[in-house]
Amino acid sequence: MAIEERDPHTGHATTGHEWNGIKELNTPVPRPVYFFLATTFLFSLFYWVLMPAWPTGVSYTKGLLGIDQRTTVAENLRQAAMERAVWATKIEASDYSVIPADASLMQVVRQTGRTLFGDNCAACHGANAKGGPGFPNLTAGSWLWGGSPEAVAETIRVGVNSTHGDARVAQMPAFGKDQMLPRSDIENVAAFVQSLSNPSIATGPDAGKVAAGRQVFATNCTACHGEAGKGNIEMGAPDLTDTVWIYGGDRQSIMTTLYGGRQGHMPTWEARLSPLDRKILTLYILDLRRRAP
Amino acid sequence: MFGLHYKLERTTIGFALAVIVAASIGGFVEIAPLFTIDETVEKAPDMRVYTPLEIAGRNIYIREGCYACHSQMIRTLRDEVDRYGPYSLAVESQYDHPMLWGSKRTGPDLARLGGKYSDEWHVAHLINPRNVVSVSKMPPYGWLARTTLRIDDLGEHLETLRRVGVPYTDEMIAHASADAYGQARPDSTYAEAVRTRYGEATQIRSFDGRSNEPTEMAALVAYLQILGRLTDVATKSAAQAGE
Repeated sequence: MAIEERDPHTGHATTGHEWNGIKELNTPVPRPVYFFLATTFLFSLFYWVLMPAWPTGVSYTKGLLGIDQRTTVAENLRQAAMERAVWATKIEASDYSVIPADASLMQVVRQTGRTLFGDNCAACHGANAKGGPGFPNLTAGSWLWGGSPEAVAETIRVGVNSTHGDARVAQMPAFGKDQMLPRSDIENVAAFVQSLSNPSIATGPDAGKVAAGRQVFATNCTACHGEAGKGNIEMGAPDLTDTVWIYGGDRQSIMTTLYGGRQGHMPTWEARLSPLDRKILTLYILDLRRRAP
Repeated sequence: MFGLHYKLERTTIGFALAVIVAASIGGFVEIAPLFTIDETVEKAPDMRVYTPLEIAGRNIYIREGCYACHSQMIRTLRDEVDRYGPYSLAVESQYDHPMLWGSKRTGPDLARLGGKYSDEWHVAHLINPRNVVSVSKMPPYGWLARTTLRIDDLGEHLETLRRVGVPYTDEMIAHASADAYGQARPDSTYAEAVRTRYGEATQIRSFDGRSNEPTEMAALVAYLQILGRLTDVATKSAAQAGE
C-alpha cells in the first residue's frame, strides 16, 4: 500500500493507483457530510426514545411522549365539539319553530348546513338543491313525504325505500311492464295526468284521450294519488297537479313512468349523520325553500 | 476512520459478509413492524368476505384505475373524520389483495361510500358524472353499462384469493359464477343461495337497473355499495374512543 504518497498540488493522499501517469486522489469525505450523518443519527436516537418505534417481540416501544394518532384525533374531535357547543346546544334544545326566527342561529345553520349539504346531499339533489332527472328538487315546495320540519327530518333519518327498518316505502307500479293496463289505457291516462297540470291539453287534439284517461285514473290511480290527483304524503305519492316533476312531465316521460314504474331511493342517514347534523340539514333545506324565488 | 474499510474491502469473504449485514438491516426494518401485528391490527371476527360480484366489481375498479384518483383510507385527522366518518382501521382491508388505500385524492375518499348514495345515482354518475355533479372532472364510464360482465372465471379469482388468506369455502368457489348472477338478479333462482352463503346482510339487488345478464356496471356498483360495510368494527372503535 502506497497510501502515504501525497499529491504535490492538493496535498491529499493518493490511492496509489495509477492510470497512464495520472494518480487517483484519495480525497477525504467533506466535513459537512459527517456532520449531516451525525445529526440525523442523533435525531433518530431521540426520535426512537420519544416516539413509538422499535418492535419488542409481540409489542413495541410506545415512546416517552406517549403520542398516539388515535387519541390525538379523538382529542381534536372533542375540542371541535366543544367549540361547536356554543350554538350546538342551542340548536339541539330549540324547537323547529323557534330557530328560523333567531338570526344568529340561522347564520350557523346556513354556514354549517351548506357544508353538510355539499358533502352528503348535493351529489343527488345538486349543489343548489334543485335536483335533476330522477332526483327531487328540494326548493320547489312539492314534498313527497311532507314539508313540515318533523317530516323532512324523518325522511333524512330513515330514507326512502332504503335499508332502514322504518324506511319510508313507496312504489309506482309498472302498469305496462307488469301488464296491469293495456297500452291504450296507459296512453289515455298519460294524457289525463298531463292535463292535470296543463289544462290546455284537455281541450286540444287529445281531448278524447283525456276524457278516457279520467276513467282509468279513477279506477287505478286514486288510491295513492287521490281523487283530484293531489297526491298523498302518507304514501309518498306525488302531487300530479303541480308543475314539479321528478322524472319529467312531458308525455313521453309520463308514459315511461306509467309503463316501467318508479321506485326512487334515498339512503338512510341515521347511521352516518348525528341528530344535530340532521337537524341542521332540515333547517337548511327548509331555509332554502323559504328563500327560493 | 477508513482503516477498517481498507482492510475489509481487501478480503472477499469478509466484504461479502459485510454487504449481507448491511443489506439485512434494510430488510429487518421492513419486516420488524409485522412482529407487532397482533397488537396493532384490530380483530374483526364478524367481518364478511367480498361476494364474487363484489370481487368482479373490485377488479373493474382496479382495471379502470379508480385508485389513481380515489383513496380508500380515512386518515386520523379531524377534518377527514368529520367529512368521511370513522378513520379506517387496518383490519378493514384484511381481505383486500391488493389494498387500494391510495396516496392521492383527485376525487373524494371512498372508504365508507357504501350506502351513501343510491344505486340509481351511481349508475347515472358513472355513465356521465356531469349529469349529476355539474362541476365534476371525473371521466365518464358509460360502456360499463353496455358491457356484459364476465362471470365464468370468478371461481378462479376466489381460489386465488383463498391462497393469500381470504377464507372462501369450497362451496363459495364452486358456485362463484352462479352467486355473481344471483346477487345482481334478485328475482332469479340463484339469489337465495347468495344470502345463505354470504350472510343476511348481503345486498342482493339489481344494481344496474336491468334484468338481463349482469353488466360490469352492476358489479362495480355492488362493490361501491359494500365499501366500508364488511364490518362495523370502526364505528364501534370510534364510539369507544369517544367515551
